[in-house]
Amino acid sequence: MMVGLGPAQYARCLGGIVRREALRWVHQRSRFVSALVRPLVWLAIFAAGFRFVLGVSIVPPYETYIPYEVYIAPGLVAMILLFQGMQSSLSMVYDREMGSMRLLMVSPLPRWFLLTAKLIAGVIVSIVQAYIFLAIAWFWEIEPPLLGYLTVLPALALAGLMLGALGLVLSSFIRQLENFAGVMNFVIFPMFFASSALYPLWHVKEASLTLYWICEINPFSQATELIRFALYGQIEWLSAGVVTASLLIFMVLAIYGYDPGRGLIARRGGPE
Amino acid sequence: MPPAPALAVAEVSHAFGPRAALDQVSFALRPGDFTVLLGLNGAGKTTLFSLITGLYHCGQGRISVFGHDISTEPSPALARIGVVFQQSTLDLDLTVEQNLFYHAALHGMARAAAAPRIAIELDRVGLLARRKDRTRYLSGGQRRRVEVARALIHDPTLLLLDEPTVGLDMESRGFLLEHVRRLCAEQRLAVLWATHLIDEAGADAKAIVLHGGRVLADGPVPAIVRDAGAANLKAAFDTLVASAPAIGGRP
Repeated sequence: MMVGLGPAQYARCLGGIVRREALRWVHQRSRFVSALVRPLVWLAIFAAGFRFVLGVSIVPPYETYIPYEVYIAPGLVAMILLFQGMQSSLSMVYDREMGSMRLLMVSPLPRWFLLTAKLIAGVIVSIVQAYIFLAIAWFWEIEPPLLGYLTVLPALALAGLMLGALGLVLSSFIRQLENFAGVMNFVIFPMFFASSALYPLWHVKEASLTLYWICEINPFSQATELIRFALYGQIEWLSAGVVTASLLIFMVLAIYGYDPGRGLIARRGGPE
Repeated sequence: MPPAPALAVAEVSHAFGPRAALDQVSFALRPGDFTVLLGLNGAGKTTLFSLITGLYHCGQGRISVFGHDISTEPSPALARIGVVFQQSTLDLDLTVEQNLFYHAALHGMARAAAAPRIAIELDRVGLLARRKDRTRYLSGGQRRRVEVARALIHDPTLLLLDEPTVGLDMESRGFLLEHVRRLCAEQRLAVLWATHLIDEAGADAKAIVLHGGRVLADGPVPAIVRDAGAANLKAAFDTLVASAPAIGGRP
């Protein structure tokens, strides 16, 4: 039995949660493959098809005309983070139905920490996936400066945390596994399409001003722009601010959702 | 001042919306007590376990573990509890050992400290040789044994088991029961063993009869049998349940 909770206990707990997430990821090979194939399909097919349809003018951080593939690559990286965030949320719902969530929740460490650790574990997995994608994308002539691969890391971490926290919030609201399809339709697709991932927002502005503003305030757009600039060694402060603020809001909601006293577990309305 | 009981549940009530699940439940467990929580399905056993482990917020009444209130001091309370849940909570893609190390980490144990504990507990349930196997390839009885071993890795002093023998064959049931009773006797572990199988309460055990969210009887098995004027615990249980008033709101 443990006597007290110090930094060592917190670190070991985090280590254990990350290790489990990594082991699960390695064992579920199909999950890994589909996470990689999805953005590559977009890159190979979608981008090839649309490169002559969409004109991309010179917009920062790009200094010259760029092929469409280069434009959407950061968006596809953000897509990896988004899907991984949703995947973690799905596995939280699954864990809850299968009971292993209970195991996590009876740890003596505080619940906010357990949720944060779970979030960090998911983000580490998504960052690895993002780098594997960037490595393959290099063969599609998506060649950001070498230093960009390093400067994108904090952006990936911040965006990954934000999207993962969103997943946590959703997982505390979703009552059953079957409802996950609804999340796909109402969260993933609108977030992805109403963003700057696939087209520069000035294109959208020409079409509809309302839609433009929806895209602008979409945290996924801001995550995409954060990654885009970071990949070219620049910091987009506004995006960083919006992503950080969204992260904080989502995290507070998630901790609330998983609180046994106030949150949704108590309101869920019956023994599982 | 007498030492705090291993588990003290005082006037705990819990409802899911309009439906009352527990009504003024009170009892206490001392170290070394083997207590069987007897109740039919829906009696409130799992709700009680969820409250004791802090999974649900304990709004009415008080639950404390060795003097630590689960609402106000959850960390020291949870550190002293080992739990075997009704549903299996093993990660089937991971090996036996990986599952146990994960649990140890959740309790803040270093791997070096956890390794010998894992070896001891697995050896006790006769599964040390299977430690590198994925839990997917274990039988139902073996998985349960792994879960009991897991619940003990962090050296708890209170062990909670929620219907641990459901779905197991006679041999596995016997093994588990004997194993836990031995722990109780040798290590002064306080055990709360929830079940609807009355024969799991031996004549020397204590029992709590829970029905419709209320405690109908609490004490050593012979005393419960005597007070109910019955020949054995099964008959005593039937008598108690038959004479219990129906509680409101329950279908």
